[in-house]
Amino acid sequence: MPKWFMPLAGINAVMFAAAPFIIASANYEATMGLVQKIFYFHMPSASMFLVSAVVCGIASARYLFGGSPRQDRLAYAAAELAVLFGAITLVTGPLWARKAWGVWWAWDVRLTSSLMGWMVAWAYLLVRKYGGPGSDKLAAGLALFGMANVPFVYISVNYWRTIHPKTSVVPTLPADMGMALWFSFASFLVLFVLLLRLRVYLEEERTKLDALYLSLDE
Amino acid sequence: MIRTAWLVLKKDLTVEVRSLEIAYTTLFFAVSCVLFFAFALVKEGKAPEDGAAGILWIAIAFAGTLALGRTFERERQSETLRALLMAPADRPAIYVGKLLGIIALLIAAEIVLVPLVAFLFQAPLLSHPFWLAAVLISGTIGFAAVGTLFSAMLVRARSRDVLLPVLLYPITVPVIIAGVRATAELLQPDVELSLVRFWVALLLALDVVFVTLALWTFEPLMTD
Amino acid sequence: MQPSLRRATRLRQGFGAHASTRRHGALICFLLLLVVSTPLVAQQQQPEPPKQTDEFVPISQLPPQDQLPAAPLLVTAYAFVWLALFGYLVSLARRLSKVQREVERLESDIAKGSRT
Repeated sequence: MPKWFMPLAGINAVMFAAAPFIIASANYEATMGLVQKIFYFHMPSASMFLVSAVVCGIASARYLFGGSPRQDRLAYAAAELAVLFGAITLVTGPLWARKAWGVWWAWDVRLTSSLMGWMVAWAYLLVRKYGGPGSDKLAAGLALFGMANVPFVYISVNYWRTIHPKTSVVPTLPADMGMALWFSFASFLVLFVLLLRLRVYLEEERTKLDALYLSLDE
Repeated sequence: MIRTAWLVLKKDLTVEVRSLEIAYTTLFFAVSCVLFFAFALVKEGKAPEDGAAGILWIAIAFAGTLALGRTFERERQSETLRALLMAPADRPAIYVGKLLGIIALLIAAEIVLVPLVAFLFQAPLLSHPFWLAAVLISGTIGFAAVGTLFSAMLVRARSRDVLLPVLLYPITVPVIIAGVRATAELLQPDVELSLVRFWVALLLALDVVFVTLALWTFEPLMTD
Repeated sequence: MQPSLRRATRLRQGFGAHASTRRHGALICFLLLLVVSTPLVAQQQQPEPPKQTDEFVPISQLPPQDQLPAAPLLVTAYAFVWLALFGYLVSLARRLSKVQREVERLESDIAKGSRT
């Protein structure tokens, strides 16, 4: 593991410990009240979900056209993180929606396309696990299509009439809410980097294991 | 490039016409799909509102998945795919040829399905035939573009029968949604054509994105 | 592909299947959560959807709570986030230690020369 890992992990732990206090100190929102505080974890998770999908897509493209196994390991790790952060988003969102919109789920563009992107990430993991030989390239192809979905998920809420808040919410946040949000966002971003590095490390160890088995055969 | 695609298409059509195996089985499956939905959803002799659009597209999606699997299974059995790939032909041209074959098969199925669904669900599907054709064709192209790519990739994979839907359905969700919305709009008593035009435009944009991505990745994906 | 590489790949797949049982646990947890929430989804009402928000308006006092208490939802949301992140870390740690044990075992076997 690289030298920056443990110090950064320590810092991240402190950030996550401090986050609830910063979130509690932010003002309540006028119409949604207490439940709006879910926002401070929901939005960063959603952003990390999209970032994971993009990282997976870019690494997959580089793997397909360059053949570097390092990119393949990165793509696999990013897909797993996309499933993780997507799951967090798709659970915290409905919990918030139950109070704010009155329903657990709505089939609007933002929710539907996010769910679809999440399923693509799942499909990536399934293919890697059960696809047999050649499944790495297969999954890479899939990841490219998944990445094409990401910009659509982001802008969908601005161009369609949806029940989900628009992206203009974030730039127009008042100072105390903004600070809480960006602090949480930074915590999640650092966490994403840490988890990605850790997961890639697992993949590297597996590669080492394969190489060892291979050397035994000779 | 076009000549290669045409040759691949002609080869597929020739093989298919000899036995019509895939055509008949796909068609039968699609029809039984529609009937299943009819039995499941009809209450007191009446089908649900707007059911026709959804059922039509689900039948197309399921039948299409089956047809895709069967087409490439045939290639795998005769090892013709390897022969195709070793031929001094443009790889993307092979993809285009296969794609056109699948599209032809699905359009043939839709020609049967549309009157059937219209009849079973008393839906005025044939009231705007040109728009319906536009919706069906652009949706079919989108679905087939992704499907052809994935089933070609899956030919040598394990669990390929289960993996094709796993890969295909999430990606084609936008195509299905747009197709169903457009078809449902066409079934309304007072159709809002601008809305239909919007969905068709979205479908065409998706077609362009999917076909471009597929052409771009077909070569590296098929090399092993 | 060389025969030995093919064998290694097959071994790797076999190994991978065992090592991923830990991941099964996490997957099953997520799936169970989805299943459990389905009856809750079934109780949806559909009131008039509110106007789409494009900015958050702050106030400093909580308004009087009306229909649904927010606290359980908030607590569940945060609890889920912690559990998911923690569960993932545990899953990673388990998989990593398993692979590293296997690596150590193989390396010592090779050093001992007992397999050649």
